[in-house]
Amino acid sequence: MTKPNSVDRGPLFFRDRDWHPAAYTPGYKTSMTRAPHRALVAMGSTLSEETGPAFGHSMIGELDNNLVMNFTGQPAIGERIIMHGRVLDENGRGVPGVLVEMWQANAGGRYRHKKDGYLAPLDPNFGGCGRTLTGPDGSYEFLTVRPGAYPWPNHVNNWRPMHIHWSIFGSGFGQRLITQNYFQGDPLIDLCPIVNTIGKQEAIDVLVAALDMNRAIPMDCLAYKFDIVLRGRRQSFFENRKEGM
Amino acid sequence: MVQRLDYLKETPSQTAGPYVHIGLVPNALGNPGIYPEDLGRSPILPGAKGEPITLTGRVIDGAGMILRDALFESWQADAAGIYPGNDPRGTADPKVTGWARVAADFDSGIWRLDTIKPGRVPFPDGRLMAPHIAVWLVARGINLGLQTRIYFEDEAEANAQCPVLARIEHVERRATLLARKTGPGAYEIDFRLQGEGETVFFDM
Repeated sequence: MTKPNSVDRGPLFFRDRDWHPAAYTPGYKTSMTRAPHRALVAMGSTLSEETGPAFGHSMIGELDNNLVMNFTGQPAIGERIIMHGRVLDENGRGVPGVLVEMWQANAGGRYRHKKDGYLAPLDPNFGGCGRTLTGPDGSYEFLTVRPGAYPWPNHVNNWRPMHIHWSIFGSGFGQRLITQNYFQGDPLIDLCPIVNTIGKQEAIDVLVAALDMNRAIPMDCLAYKFDIVLRGRRQSFFENRKEGM
Repeated sequence: MVQRLDYLKETPSQTAGPYVHIGLVPNALGNPGIYPEDLGRSPILPGAKGEPITLTGRVIDGAGMILRDALFESWQADAAGIYPGNDPRGTADPKVTGWARVAADFDSGIWRLDTIKPGRVPFPDGRLMAPHIAVWLVARGINLGLQTRIYFEDEAEANAQCPVLARIEHVERRATLLARKTGPGAYEIDFRLQGEGETVFFDM
């Protein structure tokens, strides 16, 4: 186990914008009118990015990380899976006590959202969202059903691979991140224009959760492991010395 | 050969997509029953010190369309310029949580944030930044959450001294970050994602 993050105040590491997807990615049509055209104004982080909201255990309900049961108390339909992993920072330390939220389509590929009109039916027992706080080592765990693939209007025949959306807080507002995980072995990953907004195969690979038979529960559910890495913080031993660095 | 730096890489972002509300504001979407209430409904509690203000606006794309599926989060200091939680300089007003989650209206696309005007917070070198609210904006079609800030047009003196505003080389673009005062305690600001009047977005 890595030691908990003890430095949560330093300046943030700079974002590697070649690793993230570009803003303007014509393969994903909606980005074309929603991507800023002007250069971003770049500078180091300030207190406004280095501080951030914190969340307590009192707001987390007992079933919040159990999407199989958290909507009606009756089980959702689908392939039961554990999603687990750790939230780390770029220094490799676990990030404890941070809020992880996730949402997804049901096993048929349908979202519980008024704008989703896909013909797959809603599951009356599946709401589609969960949340939890990371443990002392940054670990988290959810029980859910594997989301189905579904078609979406972009090019004529685009399908989203099976995926879960993730929203993660760090200790600073500038670490705020939303991403998606995919599932090992899904042939739709390579075909997806949203996946391919990311330019580097290496960066796509870290979004593919691995089947984790060590965490599967026999006669109950499979498991997938998905680690999430947030921007790191500079450790500043010399910051208060006048002679500086 | 050299020793290998053993840093990890930040997880790459993916768009929040059109259904972000399911995960972040399920009650506002009309999916009650999972959480008792949505998080971040207000950045203040009753009795927060400072000037109460209401901000409204829209998120507009490069074709002039108002987004109905945008969502942003705001983060701000209290009226004395102290951040809640982990600000190394002290403890903030306990009635200020500082953080809000704001979804555009599903029909009109107009968003609204009721809060207090934040105080000035120092830049790393000690100079004071002008009062501002940090914003992180996501939506379908946005591949990586956009960082921007809301400043206030009626803080001309503080704005003129703000080291962050001063870093915006194209001086006329600074105005894209200024909320316009439309009445007592009322301000308006649109986020323009692309094209004419494009909002200044940061990489900080």
